[in-house]
Formats: sequence, structure tokens, C-alpha cells
Amino acid sequence: MNNPLQPQACEIISVKKQGGHEFTFRVKSDAKPLPGQFMQLSLPKIGECPISVSGYGEGWLEFTIRSVGEVTNIIFEKQPGDLLFLRGPYGKGWPIEGIKGKNVVVVSGGTGLAPVRELLNMCADEQGFSKSTTLICGFKDETGIVFSDDLDRWKTKFRTIYALDKDEKSGWRVGMVTKFIKEVDFKGLGDDYALIVVGPPIMMKYACQEALACGAKEENMWLSFERKMSCAIGKCGHCRIDETYVCLDGPVFPYKVAKNLVD
Amino acid sequence: MSYVLSSERADALFSELKKQYRIFAPKRFKAQGRYSDTDIIRYAEAASLEEIVFDEKSDYPAKEVISPIQQALFFFTEDEYRASKGNTRPILLFARPCDINSQHIQAKIYAGNGGYVDMYYERMRETVKFVLMECPSSDDTCFCVSMGTNKTDDYAMAIRVDNDGSVKFKVCDEALKPFFSQSTVAEYEPKFVKENETKVTLPDIPNKEVLGKLKEHPMWKEYNGRCISCGACTIACSTCTCFTTKDIAYGDNPEVGERRRVTSSCQIDGFSTVAGGASYRNTAGDRMRFKMLHKFHDYKARFGDSHMCVGCGRCIHRCPEFITITNALNKMCNAVEEIKAEKGGAEK
Repeated sequence: MNNPLQPQACEIISVKKQGGHEFTFRVKSDAKPLPGQFMQLSLPKIGECPISVSGYGEGWLEFTIRSVGEVTNIIFEKQPGDLLFLRGPYGKGWPIEGIKGKNVVVVSGGTGLAPVRELLNMCADEQGFSKSTTLICGFKDETGIVFSDDLDRWKTKFRTIYALDKDEKSGWRVGMVTKFIKEVDFKGLGDDYALIVVGPPIMMKYACQEALACGAKEENMWLSFERKMSCAIGKCGHCRIDETYVCLDGPVFPYKVAKNLVD
Repeated sequence: MSYVLSSERADALFSELKKQYRIFAPKRFKAQGRYSDTDIIRYAEAASLEEIVFDEKSDYPAKEVISPIQQALFFFTEDEYRASKGNTRPILLFARPCDINSQHIQAKIYAGNGGYVDMYYERMRETVKFVLMECPSSDDTCFCVSMGTNKTDDYAMAIRVDNDGSVKFKVCDEALKPFFSQSTVAEYEPKFVKENETKVTLPDIPNKEVLGKLKEHPMWKEYNGRCISCGACTIACSTCTCFTTKDIAYGDNPEVGERRRVTSSCQIDGFSTVAGGASYRNTAGDRMRFKMLHKFHDYKARFGDSHMCVGCGRCIHRCPEFITITNALNKMCNAVEEIKAEKGGAEK
């Protein structure tokens, strides 16, 4: 009998520090996730948890992990050549077909940049993928900044607004991401845009409120949820909200669905 | 075909069945109850027919045999994962109609949801044949008739123990028929409870708007003071499936360990806490609302056929705060009617 909970051993190729709290692990894997999907990462005798795929290429995957939980703390001790255990990919990612050819606006908070990174790379590198791209990307402080190389590269490819909540940094703005949403002319974009909001729950709540106040339309907005999961296959019940399972039906939701998902 | 066996012949039959099957049934555990000198009735492997408790409802459901309160998923030796082998022998599971119906509900989640079949559930379920235990009557917490779960035809064999000790069997499963080749044929058809003392009305939540208002209704706040978030109701529940996985390193050799599935509960604090510390539904009232709506709205909204409650009433028995799901359900119905009336009033 097939066991969907069986993970595969994957060798760590490289470990790269990202800012003050995060590391990006590149592992050997032939899995082909779609942007916005997640996988279950585990270490025997430590545990298992859901992590967004922050990057992928031929024969490898990347996960950008913050040291905040039991499992992730131990992952931080791993080095190239060590093993991580993976199963997945799981869930529904960004609606690529619905986004393609549109003006793409991404609002991200903190490590929320990870699940949207490959989508931003598509916007940057694939000719004609997006009509225009705007990234409003905020971090709490300088040590929280992740994907610095990508941020530098994206700056040359499309419109970017980078911000730290309170601290000053050359070339960066000061304030929460919500403050800069009004600089996007949603009405000017007509109906031809996709607004993607991803970050901590409170940030997503206020960012969506602000976007709607600035004229963004509900049907053009998408969010990505983070929930506790033990199985990622619709059994354990941890991520359920009403009749929706975040692991199966999400983590990416159209705003029109997400707004009714009250915990 | 149905049969009647004397108590001695029934004991002998039980011994014969045990050669081929593991037999799980509700058994009495003396003085293991919650209060001093009280017993507990729960599922365990039965050595004889005499051990099986027929005249009282078990405190804990039959689901404990199929989805145990804890089980090893994988064994670890250093970096290797080896899936646990699990039970391989066929099982006869003595169960009442509510418990049998609850497995149809659990299967929707474990063996269907999202197109994934949980191997640990499925391999156990495949070894199980139900022996229907006729309910002589229902107790004051049963409300199976209201839930439509008082009947079932999903059984390999049905059993009734009469007052004189004789035992009647209806045998449906071909593989069990040879065990009765020497037995006396009798007229016997299992009877089902037709009426419970406790009756409930099920709420009709017509749309997301009413659902949203019901979530905000003050009725849930009452449980902030009453519910202690112990999760006893969901452990006793015939249908609840939620679990957490936990990795364990064995004490005397931390290189070896296991990944274990442990029954969890949406009622306990921390059920939804993510790695960074964020959590949802942080009051007992919120969690009670989450459970009630799953039982009487959300499950049906996803799977379409029935509610996620079989009216076994075990949660009522187990609650240390005397919270009854039936009263909660009545309050929920009243709240829904109130919301609909308000809405109707507002539209006029």
C-alpha cells in the first residue's frame, strides 16, 4: 500500500545565511513544485513541519527557514552532505495562468517573501510573463532582510519599494508595507492586475484592507496562509477552517475565499 | 442465516473464532473510572464472550481499535525511516450501530479527503469485520435516532445476548458461515433503537452570511467560563479524527526512535499554534464553536452526505463540566433562528 507520509532522504548541497535569522538550504531533489506550494520537511527523532519552497531548479530545491520551532532549530545545525527528509509538494500555489500577462503587484512582509520568490523570478526573467511588476517588500529591521541578492537584482528589473518598519537604511523607505500600497494606481491598471499579499496574518489583514481602500478589487487579490500541519494531506485537522483544508485547498487562496475563512 | 446458541456453545464458538480472528470488544476495567470505585468500559482484545459488556454503552468508542489513541508511523534507526508494520491478523470488532456508522464518517477523512488514503487507517480498516451489537435500549445521552445513525446493514454478523444467556447470531459474511455448521437455525433479525429519550433538532445554516453571524453570536462566550479545554469530549467522540505527529528518541539510545501519531483535540490550547507562536481560536468559546460547527455544518459542507456526529452521547458522559452537546446544539439552533429572523426583519 502506498504510504503518502513516507519522506525521501535528500542531501543538502549548500547552506546560505540570509540576514540575521534565516538560512537557505539547497537540497538535491527531483520534485517539481509549482510556485507557492509547500513541502513537509523532517528530521528523524526531531519532527516534521510544512515549509514553503523558496526556489527550485534542475535537480534541486531551496527552503528558506527561520529558526523558530523545534524542527527548524535543529535543521540549522545541518551542513552540506547531511540529509533532510522531504515529502510533497503539497497544496495549491499561485494561479500562474490567471496571473500571466497581467500587471503583477506583490506585497510581502518578512519571510513571506519565500513563497513568492519564484513567482517574482518569473516576472523578472520570463519575457512577457507580466505586463508590469511592482514589489512592495517590508522587513522588521535590517537583520530580518532575506534574499538580498534577489532584491538587488529585482530592483533592476521592475518597480520595487523596499522598506524597514522603523529603521533607516540607504535606498530603503521607513514604515510598514501598508503605508506604500497607495502608491500603486490600481484604477489605472484597470482590471488587468493580480495583487498578491503574503506575510504574517496581521500584516495580510491590514495590507488587504488598505489595498481595498485604494481601489483594488477583491477578485484580483490572492493571499497565502500559514497554518500548523501534521500531515499536509487532509487528515490531521490542524489546518482546517470551516470546510476548507489549508493543506489541500490552499495555502494560496483568492481573497474572495480567504475573507470568509474565519478561524 | 440466523442461529441460536446456548451460552456454552457460544463460548465454544468464541474460542473457535479466536483461532482465526483477533476479537476486540468493549470490556469493563474495574476501578479505572474517573471517580473512586467507578469502572471504565473501553475497547480491548477480548479473551471470552463473558468479558464483553453488552448491557451498557462503552465510555470510549470503537474507533480506538481502528485509529488508536497513539501509534507508531515510522521507526528510526539513525537516518532510516521504516514504516511500522501494524496489525496483519483479521479482526472481529464488536460495535453498535453508532460506532459502525462513525467509520463511514472517519473513512471520508482518512481514506478520501484530498485524494490521499492514509495507509495506517486503511490497512487497519481492511482487517476489520464488524459484529453488530444490538442495543437493548438507549441511555439518556443517546440521540442516534435524530442523527439517523441508529441503523446499519454494514456488518459481518449481528449478535444479541438474551436474558437466559442464550446468544442469537445473524451471519452475513460467507467466511463466518462455516463456524455455524453445527448450530441451530433460528429466526433472528437484529432490532434497532427506534426512539431515544434525548432528541435534537439540527440547525439549518443556509449560507455563509448566517454562518458568519453565528460565529460571532454571544452564545459561544458562555463556554469561556464553563469549558476547561481538556479535550475529553473529542477523545470520547466516535468520529473525531484529529491527530498530531510527534518524534521520539528512545531514552537509552537516542540514535533510535519513532514518529508517533497521537490523538489530538481542537479543544486544547495550542492545537493551532504555528512555529512562530501565532495561534488561532484562543478562547474555550472559540474552540467550542469550531468543534460544533465542524460537527453540524463544516463536515457536511465538504463531504455532503451526513453530519459528523452519530449521536452516541459519549462526549456528554465524559465532560467533567457537564457540558452537553445536545444543549449546545439547541442553543445553536436558537441562535440560527434568531439570526434568520433578524435578517428577515432587516429586509422588510
